[in-house]
Amino acid sequence: MSILEVKNLSVNYAGSNGKNTLALSNVDLIMQPGDFVVALGASGCGKTTLLSCIAGFMQPSEGSISIDGKLVHGPGAERGVVFQKHALMPWLSVVENVEFSLRMRGMGKAERRAIAMDKLKLVELEKYADSPIYQISGGMQQRAGVARALASDPAVMLMDEPLGALDALTRAHIQDLIVDLWWQTQKMFFFITHSVEEALFLATELIVMTPSPGRIAHRFKLDFSKQFVECRDSRAVKSSAAFIEMRETVLSLIHDAPGTHHG
Amino acid sequence: MAKDTVKTVKGYSIPGEGSSVLISVVTVIALFTLWWTATHMGWIRDLFLPTPEKIASAFMAAMRGDIQGGKALPEHLLWSLIRVFSAFFLAVLTAVPVGIAMGVSRTMRGVFDPPIEFYRPLPPLAYLPLIVIWFGIDESAKIILIFLACFAPLAMAARAGVRSVTIEQINAAYSMGASKWQVVWHVITPAALPEILTGMRIAIGFGWTTLVAAEMVAATEGLGQMVLNASNFLRTDIVIMGIIVIGLVAYLFDLLMRKLEQILVPWKGRA
Ligand SMILES: Nc1ncnc2c1ncn2[C@@H]1O[C@H](COP(=O)(O)OP(=O)(O)O)[C@@H](O)[C@H]1O
Ligand SMILES: [Mg+2]
Repeated sequence: MSILEVKNLSVNYAGSNGKNTLALSNVDLIMQPGDFVVALGASGCGKTTLLSCIAGFMQPSEGSISIDGKLVHGPGAERGVVFQKHALMPWLSVVENVEFSLRMRGMGKAERRAIAMDKLKLVELEKYADSPIYQISGGMQQRAGVARALASDPAVMLMDEPLGALDALTRAHIQDLIVDLWWQTQKMFFFITHSVEEALFLATELIVMTPSPGRIAHRFKLDFSKQFVECRDSRAVKSSAAFIEMRETVLSLIHDAPGTHHG
Repeated sequence: MAKDTVKTVKGYSIPGEGSSVLISVVTVIALFTLWWTATHMGWIRDLFLPTPEKIASAFMAAMRGDIQGGKALPEHLLWSLIRVFSAFFLAVLTAVPVGIAMGVSRTMRGVFDPPIEFYRPLPPLAYLPLIVIWFGIDESAKIILIFLACFAPLAMAARAGVRSVTIEQINAAYSMGASKWQVVWHVITPAALPEILTGMRIAIGFGWTTLVAAEMVAATEGLGQMVLNASNFLRTDIVIMGIIVIGLVAYLFDLLMRKLEQILVPWKGRA
């Protein structure tokens, strides 16, 4: 049982011309196993900054991040990250990429290969284990990225717009896959998107963020992903009356938010 | 069906696309024909440019050791190869780590930047006397001269190659529990490999360029020495033959390096 706490987090970026950017202001967030938190908001509202702090890529100006009460000071294998641009190593094959964290830990070849193949099966990529990264499609690259993050068995999965560059069909397919992964592993997920539909479908807790200064403006508890787990029909979930109503609610919140730049 | 009667078209292409091998072959044949004609018609005096046949017979004579100095061509070639390649490998072993260190560490960059940037543009002939004074006239002076010529471009290439890594790749590695050293070895070095290989091709070219200068230092064997010696006796045929041999060997090595690039960095330009 672990718990991730973001307390009173603020990030003030130093600008080159003396103009600072308050990218995050007093953000609080608590996550427990089985929570799927989705951060939704327009570009520039601090989503990536929040994820970078949780991942440990940067230190906040104020506030803290802790896992089970232990403060986070840098990146670590208990927090797996999936990036928008895949960030895989092109000199390694798909399965070698997935093995990377285990190899860094000094695990033997046979053992780590078995674990990596296991993760590849979870993302339906086992047939492409030996393919070079640059020969598989964008959707496959993102799935490989997910398998790679899973390999070190992290407590939290941090995903920054991982499906942003994919076509609608591929995107919907991988959304289903991510819900299944979340349900099977009961890990904590922190997922960034600017697609309202994607956010509603995945989240158990939706946080709507607004810019200047970046903060959490609204929070919703949702259960559309659980509905999908039960009925296995994502189109039915996404076209249900409750889903459409929620979508309109959230869309109006985003559009009416002060400081939001359209276009 | 009309399938075969419809004329085929090409898709989009960027300027300069396609193979240029045939054009190169034609160019070489044309140059050779011009050479043959110019020498046989007496447009150029034998002293300036001998006929191709004379070069061929100079080659046969050199193979037998039937030239000034009495050493056979393979022996000259072997000595030159040993010098160029031992200097080159020494440079790869030292310049690549130095270049990567310069790319990843502010301190290392501060330390190595001034000396390398200072000696890099100097012509090897300018510091050759100094090396002779310091290291004498034996093999080490020659190898050091070629080594210095190879070192700078290799270090520059490795340093530039470090920039090929993306911040996401580095962050991803840290998130997977890698240490700083593991990031340097398992992420930054492979990411820099395409540039390092390009640097190796440039460096070995510099190595061959410096060979003749190196073999001016009291050598009794070596291709550069053979050419220099022949020029003292106005043996234009042996000079040209030596130049062709150096050119061919360097070209063969470059082909080998390109093959190595395809094997080692097939992702180059595709990721
Ligand atoms: N390294 C940085 N230096 C200065 N400002 C930054 C930096 N990174 C992000 N910002 C600014 O902080 C704000 C939030 O950025 P970001 O977290 O990337 O938002 P999002 O991911 O929601 O698009 C933006 O105004 C952006 O311009
Ligand atoms: Mg972002």
